Parts: sequence; structure tokens; C-alpha cells
Amino acid sequence: MAEKIFAEAINEAIAEEMRRDQNVFIMGEDIRLSVYGATANLYNEFGDERVLDTPLSENGFFGAAIGASLVGMRPIVETVTSFMWVAMDQLISQAAKMRYMFGGQATLPVVYRASMMYGSGSAAHHSDRPYPMFMNMPGIKIAVPANPSDAKGLLKTAVRDDDPVIIFEDANLYGTRGEVVEEEIPFGKAQIVKEGTDCTIVGIAGSVNLSLSAAKELEKEGISAEVINPRTLVPLDKETILNSVEKTGRLIVVDPAHKVCSAASEISSIVAEEGFWFLQSPIMKVASEQVHIPYTPSLEKLVYPNIEKIITATKKVME
Amino acid sequence: MEITNDIQKLMLQRMWTIRTFEEKVMEVHEAGEFVGAAHPYIGEEAVAVGVCLALKDTDYIAGNHRSHGHPLAKGGSIKKAMAEIYGKVDGYCNGKGGSMHLADFSVGILGESGIVASSVPVATGAGLAAKIGKKDFVSVVFFGDGASNQGACHESMNLASIWKLPVIFVCENNQFAITTSYQNSVAVDNVSDRAPAYNMPGILVDGQNAEAMYEATTEAVKRARNGEGPTLIEGLTYRFEEHSLGLGRVRRGEYRTEEEIDKWRERDPILIHKKKLIDRGVLSEEECDEIEKNSYAETEDAVEFARNSSFPEPEDLFEDMWANPIPKP
Repeated sequence: MAEKIFAEAINEAIAEEMRRDQNVFIMGEDIRLSVYGATANLYNEFGDERVLDTPLSENGFFGAAIGASLVGMRPIVETVTSFMWVAMDQLISQAAKMRYMFGGQATLPVVYRASMMYGSGSAAHHSDRPYPMFMNMPGIKIAVPANPSDAKGLLKTAVRDDDPVIIFEDANLYGTRGEVVEEEIPFGKAQIVKEGTDCTIVGIAGSVNLSLSAAKELEKEGISAEVINPRTLVPLDKETILNSVEKTGRLIVVDPAHKVCSAASEISSIVAEEGFWFLQSPIMKVASEQVHIPYTPSLEKLVYPNIEKIITATKKVME
Repeated sequence: MEITNDIQKLMLQRMWTIRTFEEKVMEVHEAGEFVGAAHPYIGEEAVAVGVCLALKDTDYIAGNHRSHGHPLAKGGSIKKAMAEIYGKVDGYCNGKGGSMHLADFSVGILGESGIVASSVPVATGAGLAAKIGKKDFVSVVFFGDGASNQGACHESMNLASIWKLPVIFVCENNQFAITTSYQNSVAVDNVSDRAPAYNMPGILVDGQNAEAMYEATTEAVKRARNGEGPTLIEGLTYRFEEHSLGLGRVRRGEYRTEEEIDKWRERDPILIHKKKLIDRGVLSEEECDEIEKNSYAETEDAVEFARNSSFPEPEDLFEDMWANPIPKP
């Protein structure tokens, strides 16, 4: 297995899928010059008809991708999570609801790649992690890659899937390196990143690496944590999580989204409903504070999950 | 422009299909035979019929909450349309969409949206697919004067123009967004006046004249297929009925006068077209009456079909969510 950088893995997945299938094309803002880092060289290889720089019209081109997908194309849309707000009508009223509302007549193989830029002084309008809102709305599959292998494999699966998919890409991972399995990664199959026996830590996107680092620290203190990367939130592999909690009896969920009604909330509630008798202590959520993202570094760093918060929470459930 | 006798006859037939369908929908709604709202297309028939008859079967359309006229104009099944309104399994959408979403994908419909202007970007995307995929089809979207004020319209028209997409934007200007008048909500005299801002032709058409709609659409289709880009067609028309069934509490006298309604009723698109056919000798009075009678009979059959169809079963609740199904959470 070759080591690759996260953004490079995304780029390879796009290029390979575009070579494999003429119906795949990509559009987004400033993608020809790869301003956001994952679309380098696509324009040179595939030309202006399959690599479209769009005007600043998210509601328009998010919807155009839906329309193109309805008639046989397989569009990939690149965006930044915070720009999804102006396109919510298309994402919710059309992408999410269309197939069901029309009794299964509509098939929409459209992929939105939304990068989550947070933790880097981008302030409240460029730092969103909104996947829980889309988990709440039926109809869209949601992937949260945590490493370069996920980035490539989940994107390839998304492009081949006949349902709308949003891939929430943690921009903090774009420059990270890791081994890449050169194949599609199925949706709904969580990855056990590290085995352990004392507690289960489920991390979302960039929080998987934080959880792993915390687990290594905890190991020194004799606490054996199992770390799970769900890879997709819709569908969610609850079996892997429940099996792990059955073994360890303790659960911490680490989620960069805001804490209220987060992915962590949903995972906690599933375990409370279906795995209550496995638990030896209360479930802990380590998620972002319920405030907007402040610009100043001294405050922003307080918002998100970090290694210290994970260690503190884990020690609490181990008491 | 020469319009064949067959097309002229079909125009009358399809307009009657829509009219009798809508009259029946109003009647059975009053009788409490189905739930929810329904938005009658009565008075606006010439717009959808004129546009759709200028299209090929392989062309696409998308529409809005006033959704009954579009599939019927494009040749969709009348029985399935009625069954959908009744919420039955034999409806276009297996009973899951209802009156505002009468979309028959088998005749090239890409959706009828309950959120106004929301299908405009979608239809624009079908045009994009035609261009990228080098396909011959064109994409048409119906929206109202109210929807024309949505950002989705602006974004879509700009996209279609810069990319020269084979899209035809058809504004059904019925002059009211529920009770808010055109004059109180649109800054220009005509929606089509906005077209130059998108560098596309804007054509104002008498929306009570099916043949005029047909001619304007035929020109727009020609442009679209030649790679010359989009056209905005505004059909100036009038909503004879209220915005929605069940809105009886809105007294129409408070936002439009009876005189105005009567004046527009004199410009009934069916009567206008019928007169032309008789004057030209394309059809006799009796033949026109026969078409009308057949439409009423077909509508009766559709209602019987809808009444006899079953409601979906509880296990159908989770069907149609996914193309590649996933486990229930």
C-alpha cells in the first residue's frame, strides 16, 4: 500500500472515476486552479466541459447537479460546508426528498464534497460542521472520511452510488498522510482503528485521529481504549459500535459538530436504547461547545474536542 | 407558422383534458374525497399545452405546486394523475406525492416542486446534461410570476446563459402570488423584461392563446437545439379560480374584482382555440363538442379508477427512499 496525502487521495478518486465513466463530471467554485486543494490537474486532463468553474450561485449549481443526475449524469460538486446554507432548498427540497416524494421515479446519483474548514481562524462564516442536520433529514447518504484511505475509497463508492451523497471532508486532514487501500470502501461499515478492552471511543472525521492519540496516552496509564471510525453516518454501522460497547462497557463519542443533536447525540442514543445493559458507566459526549466559532485563536481552541478533553472524559467513565 | 391540423386538434383535446380534470378535482375535493390542498390550473391551460406540444417526447419538463396541467399537457396518464391525488398506490408517485407533485417521469417530467422556483435549477441541470453529454433534448421549466422573484430563478438563468444551455424558462404569469398582485411584487412591467439582463431573448406571449405559446416555444426549441442557449417565455394568463382549494376564507373581492375575473373569463383559452378551429374548418362545432364530451367521460373513468385503487399498505412507508437501500436506523 502506498502512502498518500488526503487531498491527493481525493484527487485520484475523482480522476479515476472520470476516466472510468464519461458521465462523471465535476463542478464548483475555482476548481480548475484547485483553490481548495483537491482538484489539481483535472482541468488539464478532462477539459472545460467536464471540469466546470461555476459562478457564485450555490443554489443554482447545486440544483443543476441534481437535474443533470436525473437524466443520466453523475456529477460531483465541490463546495465548502458554510456555502451549503445558501443552497439548502436544493439539498433538502430536491436532493433529499425527490426520490421518495415521486414514489421512486427519480434516481439522483449526485455527490457533494463539502470541506469543513475549522480550527484555523476562519470565524463563524467559514467553520461549519453541519452533518448532523443532514442526518436528521432522510434521503441523503453521509460520509465522514477520517484518513486518506477513506477519502479515496468513500468518494469512489459515492460516485458509483445511485443516491445523493454528501462527503464531509475535514479540511484539517487535507495535508495528512496515510496508507491508501486502492479500492472502494463500502458505506455502512465502520473501521476499528485500534482494538481495546476498557472503553470504546467513537470519533467523527478529524476526531478519529484525536481519539487515537488520546488512546495512546491512555494506554500509558493502563487504560485500553478501542477506537472506532464510523466512516459513514448515513448509513451508520451501529452493530460495530454496539459490539464494541458490549465488550468494553463504556462509550465516549468525539464529534467536531456542535454538541446539541450532534452525531454524538445520535450514537449515544442508539447505545442507550439498544445497548443500555452493556454499560457500566454513563456515556460521555465530547463535542463542540454550543457557541459560534470565534475568530480569535485564544477562544476558538476552546470550542472543539481535543486530546485533553477526550482523556478527561475517558477517565471520568473509567472511575 | 404552419401548425398542423393534428396539433391544432390535440391542443383542444389536451386543454379539455386539463379543464375537465380540474373541475372534477374541485368537485371531489368539495365532497371530501381526498385530503390536503390542490391548485387548479383552470384558465391557464393554453400555456402548458402550447409549450408541451412543441416538444418531443424525449424533451424534459419540470414544474411547480400548480402541477396538474403539466403532466396532462405532456401526455401523462389521466388515471394515474387522479389516483395520485386520491393518495392511492396506482398514482404516479404511489400516493407519496399528491396534488402538488403530479410528476409522471415516464413522459419526461423531472419533478413538480411544492417550493416555488425550486425546480428551476433542476431543469437547468438537465440542460447542462444535454450539453455535456452531447444529447439532443431540451429542458423546459414552468414557474409563476411569484417564483420569478426567487433567487433560484436569477441564478439559473445566469447559469443557463453563460453555459448556453438548451433550457426554456416558461413563466406562467397568472398575475397573483396567492393574493399578492404582480404590480405589488415585480419591479418591471413584464417578467420577460428581465431576459436582457441574462443576455437571452425574452418573449411576452398571450397565455390564453395556445398557438402563440406553441409558436414561441417552437422558436425557443430551435434556438436551444442549435446550441444558441436559453429563452425566457412569459405567458400572460390568469387564474380563474382561487390559489388553492380549501382557501375559501380568502374573499377574492378583497384582492381582485369580480369585473376583472369576468373580463378574463371571456378570454377562456379553450373557447378562443375552439372558435379558431371552427372558423378555419378544422373541426365542426359537433366535433368540438365530441372532444369535450370525451374529456368528461375520460375524467369520470379516471375518478372511478382512483376510487377503486388501494391505499398503500403500512409496509410501503419505507419503500422508495433509496435507489441502493440501507438499513433502517
